[in-house]
Amino acid sequence: MRVVVAMSGGVDSSVAAALMVEAGHDVIGVTLKQWEDADGNLPTAGCCTVGDAEDARRVAAQLDIPYYVLDYVEEFRRAVVEPFGSGYLSGQTPNPCVECNRTVRFKALLERTAELGGDVLATGHYARVAWHPSGYQLKRGIDPGKDQSYVLYMLTQQQLSHIRLPIGELTKPAVREYAARLSLRTADKPDSQEICFVGGGDYRDFLAQHFPETARPGPIVDTAGTEVGSHRGTAGFTIGQRRGLGVALQEPRFVIDIDSATSTVVIGDRHDLLADGCVVRDVSFVAGHPIDGQPIEVKVRYRSRPVPARLEVDNGSWLVRFDDPQAAVAPGQAAVFYRGDLVLGGGTIERSIP
Amino acid sequence: MLYLDHAATAPMRPEAWEAMEEFRSAFGNPAGVHTVSRAAKHGLEAAREQAAELLGAARPTEIVFTAGGTEADNLAVTGAALADGDPGSVVVTAVEHKAVLESAAFLERLGGRVTRLPVDADGLIDPAAAAGAVEGATAVVSVMLANNETGALQPVTEVAEAVHAANPNTRVHTDAVQAFISEEVDVGSLGVDLLSLAAHKFGGPKGVGLLYVREGVRLEPVVHGGSQELGRRAGTQNPMGAAGMVAAMAATVADRTDFRRRVQAARDGFEARLAEVIPRLRVNGPLDRRLVQHSHLGFPGHRSETLLIRFDQAGLAAAAGSACQSGAVEVSHVLAAMGMGETEAAEAVRFSFGWTTAPGDAELAAKLVTGVIEDLQ
Repeated sequence: MRVVVAMSGGVDSSVAAALMVEAGHDVIGVTLKQWEDADGNLPTAGCCTVGDAEDARRVAAQLDIPYYVLDYVEEFRRAVVEPFGSGYLSGQTPNPCVECNRTVRFKALLERTAELGGDVLATGHYARVAWHPSGYQLKRGIDPGKDQSYVLYMLTQQQLSHIRLPIGELTKPAVREYAARLSLRTADKPDSQEICFVGGGDYRDFLAQHFPETARPGPIVDTAGTEVGSHRGTAGFTIGQRRGLGVALQEPRFVIDIDSATSTVVIGDRHDLLADGCVVRDVSFVAGHPIDGQPIEVKVRYRSRPVPARLEVDNGSWLVRFDDPQAAVAPGQAAVFYRGDLVLGGGTIERSIP
Repeated sequence: MLYLDHAATAPMRPEAWEAMEEFRSAFGNPAGVHTVSRAAKHGLEAAREQAAELLGAARPTEIVFTAGGTEADNLAVTGAALADGDPGSVVVTAVEHKAVLESAAFLERLGGRVTRLPVDADGLIDPAAAAGAVEGATAVVSVMLANNETGALQPVTEVAEAVHAANPNTRVHTDAVQAFISEEVDVGSLGVDLLSLAAHKFGGPKGVGLLYVREGVRLEPVVHGGSQELGRRAGTQNPMGAAGMVAAMAATVADRTDFRRRVQAARDGFEARLAEVIPRLRVNGPLDRRLVQHSHLGFPGHRSETLLIRFDQAGLAAAAGSACQSGAVEVSHVLAAMGMGETEAAEAVRFSFGWTTAPGDAELAAKLVTGVIEDLQ
């Protein structure tokens, strides 16, 4: 089987490639050039750097597999970076990794995999694809601290049949150990934490630089509508944010709403932050709808635990009802549905239901 | 692996290896006064004399060895423009190698004026337009002998004549890096004042080049330091590289007639076979005015990025555009200057034959290419 492995230059995708080689497949390594500096070159700092591509190239050489860099700068700009800016501009908290997986990784690159003569695409995500008589299943990675199934919920049967996620069966320490055993140069490379194209900096600086229109000043108001402060642009705020409000108050206050039309940030107390549910758009399911009203778990942020909830269809839109009210349900983030280890599907949070 | 990327770099000729071998013992710094240095100096100057002779130069001192074609182009354009102390103005074609275009851009940043001559759909310039762009302050006009992507041959002799007639003080430079292996290069008949070569394009070592500098042409050095190369190029000289380069030059000149016949037959056979199978195949560049070793083709409906990988997997080495720092393929400024749209430009692949091309290569190449195209359909 010919396997195309997306290699970022990190340890996870290095090991994914190594495992595919070890399994006896005919492996091709590729790095996606997703972002470039003004001069058309890869950045030298942050993520997706020249050094990262070089690491991927060297690991591929060590594994004795062919390696190529593919230009996805335009696709990435169109499908990931621009929606990131426009999402913040409209008061949302976008998740660019989800959009990248949806449009670039598992669409454009998956199509390219076939063009390159590849049977499957392998990536270094911590999640699992399993075959079950009822169809392909997407499952959480076995390392609970590293599980990345949240950003893969949009995968369909057709896609899953051409995807391998070899490190989903491993814990992070096991991945590093494997890399060390093969003396891969990425074995001790630090994990990347930030949004890749933002680099090491603050996403607010990125927005200010690339989407200057997000810097529209406006008021900060309390739940009664009283102006309690001002801000330099709603893009600097996320639902649930507590720090950096620039407002001195005795009680802890959180961002509970962002109105981009009037450039207003609404703050409230912990109680105001709670939502009973949310409306979810662009919903997709990995293997068919779960039955209406059946208990599931839902995750509304990358770094949160799945919480018990029920799915309902109301007038053609999908509603998630939490069993217990949840804090900081941010429009633009993904709501991902689970049953235990199994990813059922998910969608984009349209708004919270108070 | 069938190697059809000779335009990127060619394998070294045995003559070059052999010539360089002698410098195991003649390792001295040519600038020294002792016996060891003298042997190196002798080798270096013998190479210079032979290079001058092979290019039809009047004197060996007209040859400046550099660390490659890019440096030779930089020295020609920047060096000639800055010779009078201020950047003045330069004229270049829009399809020059980056080594020339970026030198011009550098001069622009210093306050100089740059005219970029447009090309027609074949990538060719009009000599009259080149002369027309020349003004009193124009220090240098740079027009490549043949384009490194399409192989298009520019009318350099006509340009030199017209430019010199327009302003006798304007220097004419030609980048002959890509052309030398298959085109006769004689500085006298070309009428140019400056001419760049890179050894590795015709079977010499990488990292060695030369600039022919007509006697009397003054240059501001671009590499500053000692007074080597008559003050035109600082840095310890590279006798071994120079000897390897010139041995490859001599072998190239001796082999050229045969090379043209062999390689043109291969290139034409390759294109004819492909045209039979791929009806919408495009041949980019001027059909009757291009280097015999270049085949620059457009494959409608296929991105070159994908094709190159498939070709590589099939055992065929080819190229497209120019590779950036990361290795991703970039859309070529040459094709853009020819008025080609982005989609068409992204479908272009350059196949370049060379001195190791053997009988049967054309047939094999056509088979591999059509195999990949058929597989993609």
